[in-house]
Order: sequence, then structure tokens, then C-alpha cells
Amino acid sequence: MRHANALAIERPVSGVRNDAGGRDFSGPVARIAVMRAQSPEDWTARMLQVRDQRDLKAFEALFHHFAPRVKSYLLKAGGSDTLAEEATQEAMATLWHKAHLFDPAKAAVSTWVFTIARNKQVDLIRKQRRPIPEDPIETQRIEPDVAEDFAIAQEQTVLRKAVAELPSAQRKLIEQAFYGDLSHTEIAAMTDLPLGTIKSRIRLGLERLRRDLKESLS
Amino acid sequence: MTDFFPNHHLPDTLIQSYAAGTLCEAFSLVVACHISLCDSCRASLGAVEALGGAILDETPTTPMMPAAFADVMARIEKEPPPVTPAIAPSASVFPAPLQDYAGANPEATRWRSVGGGVRQAMLDVGGNETARLLYIPAGKAVPEHTHDGLELTLVLQGAFSDKVAHFKRGDLEIGDGDLDHQPIADEGMDCICLAASNAPLRFKGLLPRIMQPFIGI
Repeated sequence: MRHANALAIERPVSGVRNDAGGRDFSGPVARIAVMRAQSPEDWTARMLQVRDQRDLKAFEALFHHFAPRVKSYLLKAGGSDTLAEEATQEAMATLWHKAHLFDPAKAAVSTWVFTIARNKQVDLIRKQRRPIPEDPIETQRIEPDVAEDFAIAQEQTVLRKAVAELPSAQRKLIEQAFYGDLSHTEIAAMTDLPLGTIKSRIRLGLERLRRDLKESLS
Repeated sequence: MTDFFPNHHLPDTLIQSYAAGTLCEAFSLVVACHISLCDSCRASLGAVEALGGAILDETPTTPMMPAAFADVMARIEKEPPPVTPAIAPSASVFPAPLQDYAGANPEATRWRSVGGGVRQAMLDVGGNETARLLYIPAGKAVPEHTHDGLELTLVLQGAFSDKVAHFKRGDLEIGDGDLDHQPIADEGMDCICLAASNAPLRFKGLLPRIMQPFIGI
């Protein structure tokens, strides 16, 4: 599994057995689960623990997975080492502070982290203001729909696999579009990816939100 | 605010560069305002951002400083949580992202006449691009002009027509060097648009050409 490789180059969560390296960090065995939390669905579960219970262990797991990736992204986007470290720390603090805004029906955790990191990049590296769309009408969900909440994370797994399987030249183009400066250039390789299913799912979620609102008003 | 469905949308290139964070501020403002009014483009943005998330997941790691996690926790304890709630839907003609630049009330906008009853208000955006609000009284026309660069025009109130199509609230018209147009506001309601451009407009008539240096469009 690719996941094992990812583990090997990460700093282990303190007090957690790193089963990729085989080293024992003398933590409770139960916490091994933290290190196995690698699928988008698992990250969604962690993020919900942060959002709903302010769970520090879950936050730490998210930090050790995402911070080193966010730092790479900010370095590639033109930040110096100091600035990338600083902006990454800010991004992770934002992840904690704005956890109440995380909605698993709208985005996978990696997507949400990407948008936070992207906004730091615009703000701190490009030193530009970033106008943000207003939120669609928010309604209190009457019953949380667990299946619905994890559907986006499942789509994310499919997308991630598709990205990993792209020919390397195409993948490089997409990376450049996100990290570099291919503005106003159509990224042809995107048409090979299952973005349509994610778009329809988000669209359905928005329709449901507006329908719920209409019902609650009438 | 979304009991209507725009017919003229953002091209993929703009959604992609906005998602990547590489789009200039003036165009980003138009994108953010259109998405505030358009579920379809909001979902497209969500899909491109999902790709950003997938790329992030596949990115090789760079080690953080050894004390990074403790530093973040200290940062969290020191900083009070930001009092930025979700950006609430706006009841104003101006979508929320525009209100940071122009306030919420079009009546309070400091309009300047550009002739023929048409008024404009320049917005303070960074970069070499320009963004402005246009006020076209019902039935009136903006002087005929062409574009050297790219111009995005988003309708916020009323509607206008030109030789391309009919544009109403939420609709976006993309003008480039090929577009030679004269938008005319519909009868019945004054039209307000947000326009962003990366090059000066070129007017065709003699009078607007003479006036252009003075009115700054």
C-alpha cells in the first residue's frame, strides 16, 4: 500500500507506535489507529473529532499528516523556508480555530486544508487580498446524514487514485497549475479526472440545503 | 438570493486559476461575486479545489521545525479565535465579497458621471488590473467600445443586452479583443454591473475618446 510509504517519511505522532518503521514509541496500543488513519474517510472522522470535541490527539494526527505537505506546497508556491514554515503554522492554527466551519458534506479534509493553505499563500506569499464568495444559505441540519457526510470523502479517494494514476507529464502540468503560474491556461489533463461526480455531489448538497431552508420557512 | 439561475458562467480557466490562488485581485473579486450568485460555478470551484486537495495529499513532505506542533499550540492559546463567522448571504444587491470594497448600499456609492447618464465608481484593488462598478440607467447605453485585454462584466441589478446576448443578475460577460460592443440596459430597471479589466477600454466615438483620459475608464 502506498500509505506505508507515506508513513515512513513522516515524523511519528508522539506516543504512537510507528508500524512502518517498526519502532515503539511506547504509546498506548489503541493509538496505532491514528497512524493508520490515512484514507479521506478517516481524516474526516478526525476532523469531526476536532470540530465537535476539540480533540487534541485528533488535531495532532492531522497536524503531522498535513503540515509537512502544506509546507511543501508553500515552498513550491514561492515561499522562503522561513515563510513557508510560518505560513504552515498559521494554516494549522486556522484549521483549529475555524474547525466549526468544516462541513464534510462540502469538502474532504485534504480539500479543506488545501483551501486554507491556498488562502495563506495568497495572503502571505503573493501579498494580495482574496475576495471570498459568500456562503450559501446555511440551515441547521435537522438530522446529520452520516452517509451523505462521508460521500465526498469517498469521492476524494477515487479522485486521489485517478491523480496517482495519471501519466507523470500530465500530473506535472496539474501540479504546476496549482503550485506555479499557469493562470489562464486550460489544463487539458483535468478532463481525464472524475471531477464531474464531485461537482454533481456538491450541487446536490446545495440543492438539498436550499430545499431544507424553504421547508423550514413554510 | 439565489431564486434565479445565471445563464452565462465562469470559464474553466478562471475557476482553475481562482482555485489555485493565482488569479489577480480584480478578477478574483468578479469570480467571488459570481459564485456568490451561482451554485453551478460554486460546485465547479469545489471540484477543482478537491483536485487541489488530492494533489496536496500526493505531495512529498517537507519536515516541519522540531518544535512546530508545540509552537502551533502556543499560537492557538495566545490568539483569540478569529471572530470571522461564515460569510453570511447578503440581502444587498452587492454580494458579500463586493461589500468589502463598496459597502452594502448602492445608494451610498460615490458615483461619477461618465456621460450619457452612465455613472461609475472605481474600486480600490491591488495590481495593474482595474475593477469598477457601472450604473447604467434603464434604457441607456454604455458608449461603444472594444477591449485590448480581458474584461469581465457581472450584472448585479437589472439587465443589459448587446450584440452577444441578454445578461441579467448573476450573468457574466467575457470581453476580449474581439468583442466590440455597446451594452444597453433593459427598460424598467437601472442596471448595475461589476466590471474588471486588465487593459484600458478603447472607445469608438470621437467624444468618448477625448473624454477617456478625464473620466479614467
